[in-house]
Formats: sequence, structure tokens, C-alpha cells
Amino acid sequence: MAEHTRKREAVSIAARGWSWRHAGRKRPAVQDIDLVVQPGERVLLLGASGSGKSTLLHGLAGVLGDDGQGEEHGSLTLDGSPPGRVRGRAGLVLQDPDTQIVLARVGDEVAFGAENQSVPRAEIWERVRQALDDVGLDVPLDRSTTALSGGQKQRLALAAVLAMQPGLLLLDEPTANLDPEGVLEVRDAVVRVLDRTGATFVVVEHRVAVWADVVDRVVVLAADGGVLADGPPETVLTDSGTRARLAEAGVWIPGHQPAVPGLLPSPGNPLLAARGLSVARTKRGPVVLDEVDVDLQAGSSLGIVGPNGGGKSTLALTLAGLLPPRGGALAAAPALARGAGTSPHGWKSAQLVTRIGTVFQEPEHQFLTHRVIDELEFGPRRLENSDEVTVRRRVDSIAERLRLTSLLQANPFTLSGGEKRRLSVATMLATNPDILVLDEPTFGQDANTWAELVALMAELIQGGGSLVAVTHDQEFTEALGSRLLRVADSQAVPEVAP
Amino acid sequence: MSVDVLTPQLTGRILPRANPLSKLFAAVLVTVVVMLSIDWVSAAVVLGSELLLLPLLGISAWQLLKRTWPLVLAAVVAGYGTALLAEKTGAVLLEFGPVLFTQDSVNSGIAIGLRGLAIALPGIFLLTTTDPTDLADALAQKLKMPHRFVLGALAGLRLVGLLVDEWRTLGLARHARGVGFEGNPVARLRNFLGQGFGLIVQAIRRASRLAVAMEARGFGAGDRTWARESTFTRLDLWVCLVGVLIAGTAVTAAVLAGTWNFLLDAS
Repeated sequence: MAEHTRKREAVSIAARGWSWRHAGRKRPAVQDIDLVVQPGERVLLLGASGSGKSTLLHGLAGVLGDDGQGEEHGSLTLDGSPPGRVRGRAGLVLQDPDTQIVLARVGDEVAFGAENQSVPRAEIWERVRQALDDVGLDVPLDRSTTALSGGQKQRLALAAVLAMQPGLLLLDEPTANLDPEGVLEVRDAVVRVLDRTGATFVVVEHRVAVWADVVDRVVVLAADGGVLADGPPETVLTDSGTRARLAEAGVWIPGHQPAVPGLLPSPGNPLLAARGLSVARTKRGPVVLDEVDVDLQAGSSLGIVGPNGGGKSTLALTLAGLLPPRGGALAAAPALARGAGTSPHGWKSAQLVTRIGTVFQEPEHQFLTHRVIDELEFGPRRLENSDEVTVRRRVDSIAERLRLTSLLQANPFTLSGGEKRRLSVATMLATNPDILVLDEPTFGQDANTWAELVALMAELIQGGGSLVAVTHDQEFTEALGSRLLRVADSQAVPEVAP
Repeated sequence: MSVDVLTPQLTGRILPRANPLSKLFAAVLVTVVVMLSIDWVSAAVVLGSELLLLPLLGISAWQLLKRTWPLVLAAVVAGYGTALLAEKTGAVLLEFGPVLFTQDSVNSGIAIGLRGLAIALPGIFLLTTTDPTDLADALAQKLKMPHRFVLGALAGLRLVGLLVDEWRTLGLARHARGVGFEGNPVARLRNFLGQGFGLIVQAIRRASRLAVAMEARGFGAGDRTWARESTFTRLDLWVCLVGVLIAGTAVTAAVLAGTWNFLLDAS
């Protein structure tokens, strides 16, 4: 019994001059961190991309690996012991719900950690029920883990960690991939859990507003090593100097909106029209959305909004000519078709890229080559009337505009999240399509990348382009003056912007 | 939506309750016996018994055929091919130009076709009635296979389902970049290989992230307990007995009928 009581106790963290350099990298991911966190403290960890927040979190969870995987300096301890030696004292929840689920059923998934700690069978199931109760996940234990929504999956991941009864809860951007409802679901579950267990808590997140009221301390890591600011949220987040540095680092701070150009869309020529369109993800799969009427015009934008799983992406992919319509009509106007036929799905790849470009949610899915420059030149080179000079000029100007010039020789897969996003947009712009379709372009982006994207899209619309964005990001659609199409309960309804 | 390889819709009421190991034992035993001899009697006995047991699967013969028609087709093709090419001894049954079927060649053909089906069916019994998680539990707890290996494979299997989705998305994403499945066969092949490479990259990334998630939850540290206990019941005794019975009957019948030809027999 004494053993179990001890396990429930909150953990203290002590970092002294701690640095970590991943094997094969020149610069350390984290440098010279001095930090003491008392048992039960709730900490929001901020910093620019590349300041090593995630590395610190992984270090605390004891999953950075041994000497072969990196080089450590200084010390990092939980209750005085190296994290790798007291694994299970810290529980880590990661960003992507799909890559941290291990097993097929909800109950087994929650039990997994406790099994690894050699908890007796009867007690495991007690813990499973308690953990699921704590996160408010009220589904049968034999429910398939793939059948859950994003918010449910993250709460499952949280429950799976809780069943190990950790004294330290570590969350690495746990809500970056969720819709607004999912974000609140997860935040509220975490608060409930902390109130009951009193565990120490460290969360990394771009969107400060979500956690600012929950934590009692904000720690900001500097990009070049060390701690930039440390204190209660009201002090750190109101200090003008810190705010300026946070804003510069791309952190989303409450009350600070990145500057974006104003835009008044002026719809021009019709390009694409859907009438009574029904869409489905696969050839034989169920129809996810029926009776959709929508028009796309040059010089305007459309935001497809609504809860996850409603068929927003499927609709966008169908409009983009990538999925065949299941029923109804989808017709390209002569200004868009230019002799290629009226059905976008019937177009050849080379015809499609000059008419409709699609930016997928995961940039890596669209990378085809091993260098950024090849990536940018790929589209233009496949066009019929492409000569060397035109291609060069076009690629240079796009690289310049999207700040990719210094990265032209780099491998696309090694770029940071924001750089990958910029590159995936750039590759689509390179062939100058009339319509650009984007799936969640701002998911998990820091404020700087966000502002850049908005500016670029505004420019595109002003230049007569048409934009379709699947998004939860109200600020994004507002900044672009988008018309909104709300997708829910297998219906798509136009929404009047407030 | 995602292909759920780990929570398949199990068929039948009785067999899913049996321990996966007893089903595995029966299936392997029957399969091995059929593989030992190429004769139509043992194959027919095994296939006949399997067909008699079909009601245990709880699906109609038609549904089964819909799911397994490629196997049936393969068995027919193999049988036909054998009848066409096997040694042409015995009475001539049909001669049409170069095409010649004799009694012995047709016998061999039937044996091969029946054998193919008889070998395939135990696997189908096993797959349609066994939950992969149960199998992993049984392998680790009863056969004492290393749990790192068994659970690692199980977690990997889950990624396979996700990769089916990933393949679809990759195809669309590449089409949007201007590389669709079109053009001459060489271009198609190059595109296919490119997409395959993309899938491998994504698979490795997912797998390494999953490995971190598993490690963070204390996996592989040492001994572990099992939330689900793998048990044997009286049902398992029956499953094993039926397996032994089918195998024994097949050998006995073939030997009595004089058709048994042991594969490893030099004659």
C-alpha cells in the first residue's frame, strides 16, 4: 500500500545547466536550462520553434534515448533521479492522436501502461475505469480505438497515461490537431485530472489562451538557449518586453493578433459550380455529404467550416477534381476549363495543376524530390510551354516571396513544420492555378507562419485567384473575407458572416 | 475511414470463444497432413470435413464464396493446369490438337485443386474467428513468446490499417502535384514506385513515433502483467480433438484406398 501511495505523489523537477544535442546535429536542441519545478506546480512551457520545448519534454519523460542517440550535459532529474530510471513517474501525451495509440480497443489501450508496470490484474481494471472516468470518456471498454473522434482519442491517450498514476503529467501540443470542441474537451479533462490527482503538470502549446487560466506558472525558453522569462501568467504575459519577444517568436499570446493586410474581396468570373453534388471518400464507401450547391468565383474565397468528421475534406477534394463526384453536377466554367472538358475529375494531372492546386494537411504527402529547388521546379517543368528561363524566374520569385531562398538545397523532409507548410503552398503556386484548395492550412502553425500564410492568400485573391479552405480558424476566414459553407449532419449550408 | 485490421468482425458464435492456440494447432495439423501427400482421397476427406464444419463460421456458403473466390479460382486454375501438363498415362479422356487429358492427368488435376482448397480453408477458419489481440495474448502468455516481439508486432499490425488510408491520401496528394496514374506503363510504374517510397517514409516515421509513445508508457522495461488472461477451456480440447480426427481420418482413408503417396517418399 505504501508503494501505491508514494506513486501518487507529485514529482519535483530539477534541471541544472541541462543541454541535449541530437546525434548527427551540430547545434544542441536545448541548451543551458536551469529550472526547478515544485511538486504540484502547473507550468506552461513556451518558446520559438526550435527552442527545444519538445526535447525538454521528451527528456522529462525519459524517452530521449541513451548516449548513442544524443549528447547530454548538465543534469535533469525527477525527484533526484534521472527520468530514464524512473519511467512511469512521468506520463507523456503527444500531439498526433493516431501515432500514440498502441492497441485496438479502448480498455486494452488504457491498461497497456499499467501492464508494463506489472500492476496486478484486478487492480489494472480498477485503474482503467478510474482513468476513463477522470477524462470523461464514457465508451464501452471494447470500443475500437480507431472509431473515436480526435478529441476522444486525445482523452484516451490521457487516460492511458493516467492509469500509470504518474506524478508528473507532460503534454506536447495536445490540442494542435483538434477542432475547437476537441480542444475544450481535452483542456477540461486535464483540469479535472489535475484537481483530483494533484500531479505536477508541464504543457507545451502554441496557443497560450487555451492554458493561460489553468497554469500557475509560465516558462519561456529562449531560442539561443536558457530561460527567457519565468513567472506567474499574469506577470509574464503582460510584461511588454516579454510580450514583444514572444510575439516575435511566433507564440500566440492572448490579446495579440498578428498584423494582416485588410482585404475586400471582389468576386469576378465564375470558375466552378456544384449543383446537388454528393461526395464520398471512396468508390464504394458511404456518401458523406449530399445536395451541395456551391459556386467558386475568381477573386474570392470560400471557407468550409464545421466539426471534424462531417465531410469537409471530402467535399474539398471533390471540388479540387481529385475525387469523383458520387452524384449531382460539378462543372468547370469555360474560363477555368480552357478546352479541358467540364469535369475536373476527368482532367489529366498536367491539366489539373494549372487549374486547381490542392495543399494537403500533411505537407510531407506532397513532397516528390530530395531538394527544395527540385520541389519548386517540378510543376513548372511538366507544363507544355515551359522554357528554362520562365521556370527559373517563376521559381525564384516564389522562393523569394515565401522566404525559401536560403533553403533551396535542403531536403524537404528536414525542414521545420512552418517551412514545410510554406514549401507545400509554394509548390502549388508554382504552376499558377486559378483555384487553390487548402486543407487545414493553419493547423499547428505558429503566429508568424500564420500571418505569412494570410498575407500570401490575400495577395492571391487580390490577383484574381479563387481560394477554398477547409478550416476551423475563424480569424483566417475573417482576414480573407471568406464566404462560409458550414458542413454538419451530412448537409452543407451557406453561412452569413457575422 | 480507416481499415480496421485489429478489430475484425468475427464470425460464428462458438469458435471465437476458443483459445487461438488450439485453433492454430488444429489448423496447422490439418494443413500439414494435406501437404504431405498429393492424392485426391485425403484432400477430399479434409475438404469434406471442413465443409461440414462451415456452419460453425455462421456465414452462408455464398458469403464465404464472395470472400474467398480468388482462392477457389486459383484452385480451379491449378487443377486445370495440372491436368493439362501432368504425365499423360491411363486412358485418354479428351484429345483436341495439342490438348490431351488422360485419366491419370485428370486425377492429378483434381487432387491438386482439392488440395489447394483443403489447405486454404483452415487458414480461413482461423482468420475469421480469431481476434489478433487474443492471439497475441495467447502467444505471449501460453507459448511464452517474448512479449516485446509479440506486442510490437501487434502494434505494427495496427499501423498497417492506417497505411491503407495513407496510401489513398498519398495517391491524391501526388495527383494534385501533377503525377497521376496515367500515361504509358513505364510512367505508371515509376509513379507507383515513387508512391511506394513515399509510403515507406511515412511508415517509418509513424513507427518511430509509436515506438516513443510505447516507451513513454514503460514498454519493454522488464516483466509485465497481463490485463487479459489467456485461458484454455473444455472447448479447446474439442477443437484440438476435431483437428486430430480430421487429420487421422484423411490419412487412414487414403492409405486404405491405396492413393496415399508420401511426398518425401523416394518412390
